[in-house]
Amino acid sequence: MILLTKRVGISYLLNLVCFKPWIQLDFKWLCNQGSLIDVRDKSSECSGGAFGAEFRRFSLERSKPGKFEEFYGLLQHVHKIPNVDVLVGYTDVHGDLLPINNDDNYHKAVSTANPLLRIFIQRKEDADYSAFGTDTVTRKKNVLTNVLRPDNHKKKPHIVISMPQDFRPVSSIIDVDILPETHRRVRLYKYGTDKPLGFYIRDGSSVRVTPHGLEKVPGIFISRLVPGGLAQSTGLLAVNDEVLEVNGIEVSGKSLDQVTDMMIANSRNLIITVRPANQRNNVVRNSRNSGSSGQSTESSLPSSTPNILANFLQGEEESDEEDIIIEDSGEPQQIPKAAPTSLESLTQIDLLHEPTQNGFLPSSEVNLNHSACNVSMEYEVQNPDRKSLEEDGTIITL
Amino acid sequence: GGSCERPGTLPAHLPPIKVLGFTVEHGFPSQPSALAYDPRLRVMAIGTKAGAVKLYGAPGVELTGLHKETATVTQLHFLAGQGWLLSLLDDNSLHLWEIYQKEGCSHLEETRSFGLPARPGCSPSITRVTVILPMSSGTVACLGTEGGAVYFLALPALVLLEDKTLFQDEILQSVPDDYRCGKALGPVESIQEHPQDAGRLLIGYSRGLVALWDQSTGSPCSLPGFQTPAVPFSQQLESLAWEHSGKNIVSSHSDGGYMVWAVGGSGQRTQQPITAVIPYGPFPCKAVSKILWRTCESGNPFVIFSGGMPRASYGDRHCVSVLQGRILATLEFTSRVIDFFTVQDPEVPEGGFENPRALVVLVEEELVVIDLQTPGWPTIPAPYLAPLHSSAITCSYHISNVPLKLWERIVSAGEQQSPRLSSAAWPINGGKNLAQEPTQRGLLLTGHEDGTVRFWDASGVSLKPLYKLGTANIFQTDCEHNDSLNQAGEEEWPPFRKVGCFDPYSDDPRLGIQKITLCKYTSKMVVAGTAGQVLVMELNDDKSEHAVSVATVDLLQDREGFTWKGHDRLAPRNGPIAFAPGFQPSVLVQCVPPAAVTAITLHSEWNLVAFGTSHGFGLFDYHRRNPVLARCTLHPNDSLAMEGPLSRVKSLKKSLRQSFRRIRKSRVSGKKRLNVQEANAQLAEQAGPPEVEMTPVQRRIEPRSADDSLSGVVRCLYFADTFLRDAAHHGPTMWAGTNSGSVFAYALEVPSQEKFSERAVEAVLGKEIQLMHRAPVVAIAVLDGRGNPLPEPYEVSRDLAKAPDMQGSHSMLISSEEQFKVFTLPKVSAKTKFKLTAHEGCRVRKVALVSLASTAAEERVENCLACLTNLGDIHIFTVPALRPQVHYSCIRKEDISGIASCVFTKHGQGFYLISPSEFERFSLSARNVTEPLCCLEVSRLVPRGAPGHLLARLRRLSQQQHGEPAGHHRGHHGGGSEGFPGVRCGRSTSGCCRQL
Repeated sequence: MILLTKRVGISYLLNLVCFKPWIQLDFKWLCNQGSLIDVRDKSSECSGGAFGAEFRRFSLERSKPGKFEEFYGLLQHVHKIPNVDVLVGYTDVHGDLLPINNDDNYHKAVSTANPLLRIFIQRKEDADYSAFGTDTVTRKKNVLTNVLRPDNHKKKPHIVISMPQDFRPVSSIIDVDILPETHRRVRLYKYGTDKPLGFYIRDGSSVRVTPHGLEKVPGIFISRLVPGGLAQSTGLLAVNDEVLEVNGIEVSGKSLDQVTDMMIANSRNLIITVRPANQRNNVVRNSRNSGSSGQSTESSLPSSTPNILANFLQGEEESDEEDIIIEDSGEPQQIPKAAPTSLESLTQIDLLHEPTQNGFLPSSEVNLNHSACNVSMEYEVQNPDRKSLEEDGTIITL
Repeated sequence: GGSCERPGTLPAHLPPIKVLGFTVEHGFPSQPSALAYDPRLRVMAIGTKAGAVKLYGAPGVELTGLHKETATVTQLHFLAGQGWLLSLLDDNSLHLWEIYQKEGCSHLEETRSFGLPARPGCSPSITRVTVILPMSSGTVACLGTEGGAVYFLALPALVLLEDKTLFQDEILQSVPDDYRCGKALGPVESIQEHPQDAGRLLIGYSRGLVALWDQSTGSPCSLPGFQTPAVPFSQQLESLAWEHSGKNIVSSHSDGGYMVWAVGGSGQRTQQPITAVIPYGPFPCKAVSKILWRTCESGNPFVIFSGGMPRASYGDRHCVSVLQGRILATLEFTSRVIDFFTVQDPEVPEGGFENPRALVVLVEEELVVIDLQTPGWPTIPAPYLAPLHSSAITCSYHISNVPLKLWERIVSAGEQQSPRLSSAAWPINGGKNLAQEPTQRGLLLTGHEDGTVRFWDASGVSLKPLYKLGTANIFQTDCEHNDSLNQAGEEEWPPFRKVGCFDPYSDDPRLGIQKITLCKYTSKMVVAGTAGQVLVMELNDDKSEHAVSVATVDLLQDREGFTWKGHDRLAPRNGPIAFAPGFQPSVLVQCVPPAAVTAITLHSEWNLVAFGTSHGFGLFDYHRRNPVLARCTLHPNDSLAMEGPLSRVKSLKKSLRQSFRRIRKSRVSGKKRLNVQEANAQLAEQAGPPEVEMTPVQRRIEPRSADDSLSGVVRCLYFADTFLRDAAHHGPTMWAGTNSGSVFAYALEVPSQEKFSERAVEAVLGKEIQLMHRAPVVAIAVLDGRGNPLPEPYEVSRDLAKAPDMQGSHSMLISSEEQFKVFTLPKVSAKTKFKLTAHEGCRVRKVALVSLASTAAEERVENCLACLTNLGDIHIFTVPALRPQVHYSCIRKEDISGIASCVFTKHGQGFYLISPSEFERFSLSARNVTEPLCCLEVSRLVPRGAPGHLLARLRRLSQQQHGEPAGHHRGHHGGGSEGFPGVRCGRSTSGCCRQL
């Protein structure tokens, strides 16, 4: 298959050959040498001047395609454009041009590619965001013409919306699939000091269904939202919502002060599970038979939640609260995590341990393949932003 | 007292057993309300307003019990020699306590209770018990009541002998007409048994009538009545006492006088007293509330009474007067007299003398014992019941395994301090202490508001005072301690003599001690106080007169825009000052601004002391006497730090007022806003009765920010020989942690011992760590290559600790109020952590590294992190893995001062204040336990095992099964009466332990 690239766009054909357990990715890119754009001319601009037909092959573990960032780094490396910001897109089965900009859609892209994955790369500053979206490929006869010839379509200037990675998350509803419909788990991302979390909690009482009938039990409720605060701006929390959990820990039996301390201690990444006072905006799930959670609305949360939540928390939570060290009055740096090997020497007795949030810190999860697999090339990623990887001596193999 | 070691039946490989046991209460019981003495068992009982009963005999002999009702114990009476104790509570219930033996040890337990049935048609106060007299026969007790009736109660069954009840009418009928004043006799004030003839009872009524009642004949046999209608009301009867021979009685009255009456033969009436005196007259005097008459071989009898002071001039004094012939001593106490008794032989031969040995006075805040056999009646130092709060305790510090040499020097310094004390043996010496001799010497140091540091022997069950160090004499204070005032008072009338040591008034709050540290190997001590004073002291066996060198350290380090609004620094006295043998100051360092010292640490090998306040920290070389380092930790936005303690009180008041106003306002507006529909909606929503409170307590959820107030407070300081800069070289380091989660680490250049005088110590900032959760850093410790805490200075060189592992990489344990974290050294990387607050919703208040020895083998020692939280729970974690092991509830979370006062010992014991005057001692290790084990020999008339007792045993069993009543785990829970780990531990181990 032959694809075209714009001066700043590169399109790929990813040939995903099932070659268990590895996916063979055949990267091809061709430069359009037609009359549209003088690619050669611009290729020198794209640092490295590597524009030209090339064929590359390397392996990725199918089950573990890795993280988007690694993939992105890989692309940058392959094209020797390490400092050029690019947008990555792919065409899905429906022919839509969809972005690849996070782990989720990257994984989705890899998993749906059967066997080929078309990838488009555009330089960010020249990117045409309107090219993305539903039906982009099918509606317009040739997506490439859209991508590659934006000048022809400049009827109205598109509002430039940054890609999600350029946004900072503020809040999210999470674990919808495992929570009872009457509950809502909200994650608030506190960042900096510009905006207060902005809410208050109080004691109160709520009614529970117990084997003895309705019973009034003490509970914790949101009592006030500060105008302009993070909590209010999300629209996910409201006055009189009952707080059920804080970062995976049930609050029942805990005093107001305890819950306050728990929330403040988790304030940089606060996940609170509430039973909204207003139950009308609940997410309605189609498959009610998927679990018993629908019935157990008033009882305790499904037992699996803490686990899932803990797992979920782990990856993200570790990154946000690294202490800072200044060595010899130098620049402040984040304190890295110690390699687990040195730790074990200290705690030989304690062999049984799970990497939970407390206790052992999990090592940085760099599960990239080592040179054991059949690779044709091997690069060490030289990315200044990823010092920790470099320090650990982790090698990304291509 | 002693440290008890459980017999080791467990295999040696088992890890140390962690428990939480409350073992003994040290100090003086809070709010005592009743006193009793058993002359046969030679034990004393004290009852408290909280319903506790505590028995004390020889040092180490202590039994404790707690009434189920939290009511004031108003009276206690021993059934002499029998091991029974009657208590009366202010709810008018009587309780019988039994001393019983279990596994060779004595325990105290309530066996049954009794309430006097109300008389139909009468007010319930009629049957309020005013007087109890257990008769010497041991089988009957007389109860005098407010209504004037006397009831008889069979003992120990507590069964009312209804037919024996003696009503007022019966007395009145046999009283001649001129004794009747047309009114009732008033409540029974006193019932006294004839010392020789047990059948005859002396019954005194409030209005003044006294009847000698012969039980065998059932009629009054003698009426030494002195109430005629003419006698003024002020002469009401207060108390009665027999002379030992039974020939005379003495009565005391509400007008401040007492009278001696001769008791004639049967049927005779006594009209006039032999003597009638108002000792502190002629001006109106207060009542003499209790009087004793004790015969003495060497001369005149002792007349001992409380009260009776001239109303106008000394009506506010708390006094007990001792009068022997012409010798009068007015013992003056600083708190209210509760009761007193004399100690003498229980058996006095016919015609013999009582010869009281000692007078024991219980006042509200202390127990004072006067030696009556030594001229001058000096006080006998008490081996227990120490008034810890003689000045309010401001901090405590514990040192375990004190070397014998240092111990002896401290004891000797203490003995030289109080030459005026009596050398007589402690008179209350019943029972046998069965506890093993303490295996090590433990020293508890308490810092006080008045600038004193008191040294207590905390090795065993009884906390004994050893030595008292004053720091006030180094400073010029407004009120100089004036002993001349006492001397001038020698001539005055009444002849007051101040006894006891309770003195809660501090001359100057700035003198208050905030932090103490002591090096047990070099006897160097550092004491720091409220006005930023840091005193370096040395132990000197001789008295000395020298000048103290003074240095000031500016902790603001020319930060601009800060003006200290708090108190001034203490002005040191100039010139040489005389010091008694003991700890003598050599250097005084004063922090500028003079804010209270919040952290200190001492390294006696490097001759360095580090100290911190709310503004910064400093490092001082006390050998060369010069400052090494000063660092300001203030955040630019922190304004509160400059206000000092005084203005903060003001602002607190202000904010309280404001919040009250706010509450009131919101209540009003809340009511206005609430219309019917809303109220209904609220009702429906709550599905229950609407909350009465309109403005419930709210808590703001907001993360800590960098500019929170008082963020610069230095919370902990630490010295360590470790790897700070590279992994190849270790060396002296100093660490400081602040309220805002900052940690500063300095590499120190300390010259070798020989070159101390030549070269100066240098400090270079090595690392600065900012914990992102910004919680206050409460402790820092360095762990060696094996994960063990570094030893103290000199510990290794004196073969008292294993040398630290300097081969493996060191790590650093930082404990904040919210998290524990272990980092590697020298390259700081995060190793393990435990987020306590995020998980449990509690915060760290006190933390310590403790080593717990295995019950089976002492060598098997485990280092743990013990932590007391703001909820009063104790959590134990492994080190360095920070794995939670167990947690117990220990102190009520409302008891903030209890939590704040907690200290851990190195071997897993701990102390906290359950009242201003009492330390509760607890143990986290089953190996290292200090609890009273004692035995009292009792001889019962009624054999043990009576049905009632069986019932009691059953009740006790069921109590054990159902757990103890709520609130028992704190305060008066009958610490000594249960075997360790006992009932109270049972609950915590089964209820809240999580063995992970």
